[in-house]
Amino acid sequence: MSDAKVATMASVWEGGGSPYAIGSKKFGMWLFIISDALTFSALLVAYTYLRLATPDWPKPFHFVPSVVFSSIMTFVLLSSSLTMVMAVHNMARGNRKATVGWLLATIVCGAAFCGLHLIEWINLIRHEKVTFFSNPWNVPQFGATFFSLTGLHMTHVAIGVIYLSIIAFAVGRGKFSYEDVEVSGLYWHFVDLVWMFIFPLVYLLSARP
Amino acid sequence: MEHAVTTKTFTLVWVSLLALTGVEIFLAYEQLQVLIMLTALVGLSVIKAALIISYFMHLKFERFSLFLTLFPMLVICILLLFIMIPDAHRALGMRPPQ
Repeated sequence: MSDAKVATMASVWEGGGSPYAIGSKKFGMWLFIISDALTFSALLVAYTYLRLATPDWPKPFHFVPSVVFSSIMTFVLLSSSLTMVMAVHNMARGNRKATVGWLLATIVCGAAFCGLHLIEWINLIRHEKVTFFSNPWNVPQFGATFFSLTGLHMTHVAIGVIYLSIIAFAVGRGKFSYEDVEVSGLYWHFVDLVWMFIFPLVYLLSARP
Repeated sequence: MEHAVTTKTFTLVWVSLLALTGVEIFLAYEQLQVLIMLTALVGLSVIKAALIISYFMHLKFERFSLFLTLFPMLVICILLLFIMIPDAHRALGMRPPQ
């Protein structure tokens, strides 16, 4: 072990150090993400349980519009992660103007995701007659799990859009540091990550063949 | 704060994520057995999640101790949730014949 490493470890044990070499804001966001990941895991497992326990689980998602819409939504959300990474990248170089631009692109993608998702919900409610409590196939568990999972995720996206708007506004006025942008990025990527599980498990596994 | 990751790396990760999504959509329309389909879709999603966590969320470039603090616990908790799954078959078997 090098002398430098021994010195770091000694200072960690003496207290006052930063054992993970990251700020407390970032560590706090990581802890929140882990607990939120467990919330979504519990919902996904509950969905899987109900699906396995129910004979003839409905497959209401037509290729057009549902699967096409949800694929476009996946593309939009993945692209918003790329623009978020670019925002953090520019903030690290102290380029606030570019950071605000990339943050605005991320916000537009997030808002587009919510809009597309609402259109898809309305299509499902109006044309397929699926609601939270009932549907034509007499499997009420379908609507309950579908709207809970996608609704909680959409809430996260909506909160993320508000969060990023605040960050973009403050960064534009010369406030907030690199860490604040990076922490908001962690949240945004997590929301993207959750969709990577909801999209195949909820939409693709219930696509009408 | 500064590290060796460039815009090119991020774009490559983004392209691979899109490609993996494309594979998932293709698989959804292949008539596979449910268990094989589920394994393939969840497997691809875990790969996508790992890409997002390591590159976009930067965990690959943090201290390894941060990963060890956060993730083994999360994985164990998620695996423990699956204790419920075998019960779904019992619930299915308890349905009165229609």
